Amino acid sequence: MIEIHNLTKEFGPLRVVDSITFTVKKGEVLGFLGPNGAGKSTTMKMVTGFLSPTAGTARICGHDVEREPMAAKRKLGYLPEGAPAYTDMTPAGYLDFIADVRGLAGDAKAARLAAVVKQVHLEQVLHQPIETLSKGFKRRVGLAQAILHDPEVLILDEPTDGLDPNQKFEVRELIKSMARDKAIVLSTHILEEVEAVCTRAIIIAKGRVLFDGTPESLAAGGQIDRVFREITQGAAGAAMS
Amino acid sequence: MKNTWILAKRELSGYFATPVAYVFLFFYLALMGFMTFYVTGYYERGVADLQPFFALHPWLYLFLIPAISMRLWAEERKSGTIELLMTLPISLGQAVAGKFLAAWLFSGIALLLTFPMWMTVNFLGNPDNGVILAAYVGSFLLAGAYLALGSFLSAVTKNQVIAFVLTFVLGLLLVLSGTPLVLEFARQFLPDVIVDSLRSFSFLTHMNAIGSGVIEARNLAFFGSLIAACLAACVVTLDLKKAA
Ligand SMILES: Nc1ncnc2c1ncn2[C@@H]1O[C@H](COP(=O)(O)OP(=O)(O)O)[C@@H](O)[C@H]1O
Ligand SMILES: [Mg+2]
Repeated sequence: MIEIHNLTKEFGPLRVVDSITFTVKKGEVLGFLGPNGAGKSTTMKMVTGFLSPTAGTARICGHDVEREPMAAKRKLGYLPEGAPAYTDMTPAGYLDFIADVRGLAGDAKAARLAAVVKQVHLEQVLHQPIETLSKGFKRRVGLAQAILHDPEVLILDEPTDGLDPNQKFEVRELIKSMARDKAIVLSTHILEEVEAVCTRAIIIAKGRVLFDGTPESLAAGGQIDRVFREITQGAAGAAMS
Repeated sequence: MKNTWILAKRELSGYFATPVAYVFLFFYLALMGFMTFYVTGYYERGVADLQPFFALHPWLYLFLIPAISMRLWAEERKSGTIELLMTLPISLGQAVAGKFLAAWLFSGIALLLTFPMWMTVNFLGNPDNGVILAAYVGSFLLAGAYLALGSFLSAVTKNQVIAFVLTFVLGLLLVLSGTPLVLEFARQFLPDVIVDSLRSFSFLTHMNAIGSGVIEARNLAFFGSLIAACLAACVVTLDLKKAA
């Protein structure tokens, strides 16, 4: 459902994403792991059509993001890094706006809104301006926005960043519960998160793929040691945090 | 079209979600009223019309409109919501049009709130209300042209102060190029053809033409094509930033 081929991004002389290739099938949860500055967010921005790649292609459900952006974006739910939102709105107003943009209307819209609010537990803050909400609730509003139209492809940039352990657990459970009929990519710099929710892990550093396999094979056979060595030696200065 | 309207609606309600909009409206009305009655010598003229009021608009808009437009795209970039907007199934054209439309409607609301001026002149005498209506239309079109320009410049830079200053300076040039002072000066060393086209590119020329009570096609075409060109430039700018 997600096909990425030789995706490359250069900012001036800096090659931030270097010829990344992978595909994600329905039912897979891909953990995108790497130190800060590895190029995770930049990759996701290209996959979602926010940035144009310097080279390479990204396809969502067969639609090239650059050539057929509207078709690709309809299939896609995206939680950008930091979960930006129109914070002067309430979650109710905000989700209503997103539903309108997503073409939901009438009973179908009401049903989806109710379901999503329940799924991410927003009931108690529904009519409070987003800017007054805690980080955990803000993140959940972002998640609700991303899954509102029940998309086939879900891209989540650090969905649990800044959450407390309980909130992390809840978000991971939510992701797992949706995994069966979606293709999901989430980025993180926490190894444990990959083991907890992902069916597959890709480790990148300095824009290159260092590892692609199951979380189990990553844990076994000293793979982690090898990868860490490569990160610390090959990408001097990029600290794992 | 539908997306444009959904977006415009959200934007417009966003304006009124914070006190900033009310502060702006207060400032706008206070400035308009004060300038009309105390600076233009309104009462001394002894004529019941709104001509001095509308004559101020091209100048007051120089400050008022960039205050609205500077944040249009800069704010989205700063808060990161631009990433959300650009990854929703909304085309760039719809996004640019929607945000512009909301800003234009907001400036229209501000303009409508000057209705006490209209009531005042009707109380004082018997003004030609047709002329006043035309002048309102002209002022609204003028605000749209300023806003489209400001919208484009707010997409160019993420710094709101720079966006304000650029809009002010370009707006000033577009106004000044129609003043007699500048035109007479230019006529001394430029051929008439160029001076006339300079004049025809001025906000002032078209605003005055409409303000005299006749809305001509070429005045509408001027504002219409200026708005379209600025919005197109805004789309191109945002598209280029994608590849930056
Ligand atoms: N717009 C940009 N212009 C220049 N450099 C950028 C831009 N966006 C990101 N970078 C750089 O690209 C690198 C990768 O960033 P990012 O994709 O955000 O990493 P990650 O999400 O893995 O932490 C960083 O070194 C960052 O400074
Ligand atoms: Mg990141």
